[in-house]
Amino acid sequence: MSAKTWTPTPARPAPANTVGFVGWARENLFATKFDSALTVFCAGLILYVLDVVFGWAIVDASFSGEDRNACLKQVQGACWPFIDAKLGQFIYGRYPEMERWRVDWVFALGLLGLVPLLMPKVGFKRANVIFMLGFYPLFSFFMLTGGSFGLVPVETSDWGGLLVTLVVAVTGIVGSLPLGILLALGRRSELPIVRALCVGFIEIFRGVPLITVLFMASVMLPLFLPDGVNFDKLMRCLIGVALFASAYMAEVVRGGLQAIPKGQYEAAAALGFGYWKTTRLIILPQALKLVIPGIVNTFIGLFKDTTLVLIVGLFDLLGIVQLHFTDSSWATPETHITGYAFAAFVFWVFCFAMSRYSIFMEKHLSTDPNQ
Amino acid sequence: MHRDAVLQALVLVAVVAGMVWLVGNVQSNLERQNINSGFGFLSERAGFGINQTLIDYTEDDSFGRVVVIGLLNTLLVSILGILFATLLGFSLGVARLSRNWLISKIAMVYIEIFRNVPLLLQIMFWYFGVLRNLPSPRQALSVGDAMFISNRGIVVPWLEAGAGAMWYGLGLLALAAGFIWLRRRALNAKLTSGQPTQVWRPLLVLALALFGAAAVMAGVPFALDVPQLKGFNFRGGVTVIPEFVALLLALSLYTAAFIAEIVRSGINSVNKGQREASAALGLPESLALRLVVIPQALRVIIPPLTSQYLNLTKNSSLAVAIAYPDIVSVLAGTTLSQVGQAVEIIFVTMMIYLSLSLFTSWAMNRYNQRMAFVGNAT
Repeated sequence: MSAKTWTPTPARPAPANTVGFVGWARENLFATKFDSALTVFCAGLILYVLDVVFGWAIVDASFSGEDRNACLKQVQGACWPFIDAKLGQFIYGRYPEMERWRVDWVFALGLLGLVPLLMPKVGFKRANVIFMLGFYPLFSFFMLTGGSFGLVPVETSDWGGLLVTLVVAVTGIVGSLPLGILLALGRRSELPIVRALCVGFIEIFRGVPLITVLFMASVMLPLFLPDGVNFDKLMRCLIGVALFASAYMAEVVRGGLQAIPKGQYEAAAALGFGYWKTTRLIILPQALKLVIPGIVNTFIGLFKDTTLVLIVGLFDLLGIVQLHFTDSSWATPETHITGYAFAAFVFWVFCFAMSRYSIFMEKHLSTDPNQ
Repeated sequence: MHRDAVLQALVLVAVVAGMVWLVGNVQSNLERQNINSGFGFLSERAGFGINQTLIDYTEDDSFGRVVVIGLLNTLLVSILGILFATLLGFSLGVARLSRNWLISKIAMVYIEIFRNVPLLLQIMFWYFGVLRNLPSPRQALSVGDAMFISNRGIVVPWLEAGAGAMWYGLGLLALAAGFIWLRRRALNAKLTSGQPTQVWRPLLVLALALFGAAAVMAGVPFALDVPQLKGFNFRGGVTVIPEFVALLLALSLYTAAFIAEIVRSGINSVNKGQREASAALGLPESLALRLVVIPQALRVIIPPLTSQYLNLTKNSSLAVAIAYPDIVSVLAGTTLSQVGQAVEIIFVTMMIYLSLSLFTSWAMNRYNQRMAFVGNAT
């Protein structure tokens, strides 16, 4: 008698309409009648929007030409030659063309320092931070303003475009971080007078719009200084932006300080550490690491807020785009929209990249085992 | 302890000395430049026109009245902006969590586009790019020959209320109260007996009764004021200026993207077990959302929502870029250039925003306390 091995018949494949794309669509797009109706409506909406956007940006757009005549078709889409012709202005403002290499160097060196700093796996963080906070600002200052090392001086009133946007944003963040940390420590201090001053500063700057701070910097600051002492306008705006951003930064850092368990302070005290030693070696390294996403978010807000300097008469990217609308050799019905679309795209790329980086860091730094 | 006291005294002395130095500088600068000081200018004649005034105003009115008008304009655009941004933001937040893949992705794309483009750029886009590019009043786009959209703004028909219109207002209030009472009664009945109770039919009866009564008391005290093209502009109706439309649109669309993210994380923060438990109790999806999920999500949503409302109010100051007559525009813009008293004017502007901020956070904190977990106070 030969032994018979029972082999089960192989399982039948899942019904075709529950797997693959069809199954996915049934679950995620057509689950109920209402869902199906919504899906059809949304698909129509998307097609319509795509049609309008592509029609404007590509199909009906002009791509080459020397002046406004290139952009006066019957059905006119975007006027890209305008951007092409003005690109140098949009990036450097009225910075002399012969000297633009200096700006390029500043951009390049900044990128060179920033990229490894942002990648968690690359080492030499301490050296990099010292480079970025010590050497780089000095280098940029002398490169951009000139007047020494044989460089031609360039007035800040000639700066413009993306250069001003980045200068304001980077100075804002570099200035606001140390000030914000001090304010946050002051707000949690046990010394009542220090605490009251810090709370007052933070709440006042968080309670008023940036534009009033910029107005204050541009029309009130000159009155506060003794006769004869005067900063240029860009410098005054930088001070205003840095003070404003530091109040927000202080609240972000305070969040990190509050998250440090009491045991850390007690352990430091048990080792005989004083206040500054505890703060510098135990508390801040942990607290700042916790709030990196918050710091990046503050930076995104600050980056978008740099556009406000155009109201007090500086020409950042948006300001310079706005300024060139008045150029009559490029006056077409589509110039405005094209210019805004370009500026919006540049700002969007920066902000979106930063927000993705913030999410990446949040995941990278998370110690939550459930994620 | 001794060292702390010395340290604080030093800080205090430094701050006071700094203040004294600054005030001294201001005084000598003002004297040298022959600028007046004090708030006397508030009662002087303003002498400039404002293109949107919620209360009566002529060029002969004082700067004090200009401040009030600017403040009212700021409040108008902020309150409407908060309303629209909240409605849109909640819809987008819920859409972001929809089981429907397409809806969720559309909401995501909206959020990522609108919150990553500077607000000022959006305001300028709507104003200079769209609204100012509309045809002139003579070629205005017309909606049913009653509403006209042109580069001078949107002109809509308006109800002119005569004597006795108050009765209708009272009727409307009573109707709203009746609606709330009926809803609450129906919900209670549903929760205690499981039986549905009529809401809409009694409401309709109530509405007929109330407005019938108002008509008997006062007749029809309304006249419809329809705009008409006269010469180069419209007469009659109410004109909504393009500056207002652009600002309101940009503020609402921008803030809605942030509110959507807040709502999404708030709803996500509610434990999944809560939904399952309400399903086990037999609550239908809509009631589970309204009675179980949303009230718990609100606790997480309200604090960041408050700060978005404050941000919107502060962001309305960007009005100055398109000359919408808000407080910054009329005060730190026009008035400052006429009077030249920078210190007083910037101070007043900042104080107004500070009080608005403090009032809003106070009100929202009160609300938040009521919503907080009972018996789980931390």
